[in-house]
Amino acid sequence: MDAIARADDALEVYGAKLGSRLLVGTSMYESPAILADAVRASGAEVVTVSLRREAGGARAGGAFWDLIKGLGLRVLPNTAGCKTVKEAVTTAQMAREIFDTPWIKLEVIGEDDTLQPDVFGLVEAARILSNDGFQVFPYTTEDLIVAEKLLGAGCEVLMPWGAPIGSGRGLNNVFGLKALRAHFPDTPLVVDAGIGAPSHAAQALELGYDSVLLNTAIAKAGDAVAMAHAFKLAVRAGREAFLATPMEPRDMAAPSTPVFGRAFS
Amino acid sequence: MNIRVNGEAREVRARTLAALLDELDYGDTTVATALNQTFVRKKDRRETTIAEGDEVEILTPRQGG
Repeated sequence: MDAIARADDALEVYGAKLGSRLLVGTSMYESPAILADAVRASGAEVVTVSLRREAGGARAGGAFWDLIKGLGLRVLPNTAGCKTVKEAVTTAQMAREIFDTPWIKLEVIGEDDTLQPDVFGLVEAARILSNDGFQVFPYTTEDLIVAEKLLGAGCEVLMPWGAPIGSGRGLNNVFGLKALRAHFPDTPLVVDAGIGAPSHAAQALELGYDSVLLNTAIAKAGDAVAMAHAFKLAVRAGREAFLATPMEPRDMAAPSTPVFGRAFS
Repeated sequence: MNIRVNGEAREVRARTLAALLDELDYGDTTVATALNQTFVRKKDRRETTIAEGDEVEILTPRQGG
């Protein structure tokens, strides 16, 4: 594929066209400067943010928000840590006012050890928020029926986990993710959570996933800025490989060098 | 009056959400507010009264994944 074709290969989500298929988080960086450099190196056009408590006079949140605004990117606020529909809906409403965006990465967490989504609460919260004008990015599992219900609730994108948040295990259920891709060929699908290495991200894109969202794999790398760039390359490689249609694997060997004309035969 | 602010027990004089933010020195900090788990818009804070035992959340932008 040439560069011109690649330029047309934008990811479209809720009417927004994104040139990069990598979405990155902003948490756990060693410093604000490294965060900013890593985000730039990643080429990401969307960064995730959150809302947290702050004591009066502390001003830490304001400094962070100024830094993010300075990057000039789209923000995707999350409802991280919310465990009930009510918590998630209220947090989303608060995020919309502060970040001035209808986008919300909807998390309703069901269990602390795996940070697994409570998919029942997720669907209910997604319906409430979609009806209230939000554009919901649901953090979900690869379950097909849940996916169907999320789309019915108004979601136009799905974000199944690759593995538990922060685990870096990659794609735990490739079969399930492939089935989800096959079942919803026209829905933007983002692998969110569990990506640990650029090869995991490339694999997701090779499977036909539209994008990946990750945080820890960059922020906790020895050199976060270099790793951010590595992910940028991996996502591009994975996407180009998908568009180029990878070969089908086979069980038996097949010689790549022509057999015809072999000496001593 | 005793209320809870961001999970901590506080004794405050303020009777509205806007007055509470002033009393707690939030000044012009960018915050979003909720009263008893219900979102309160910025423009409604001045008319939103708080009462004994209320739970107030005051949130600001933060890093997220």
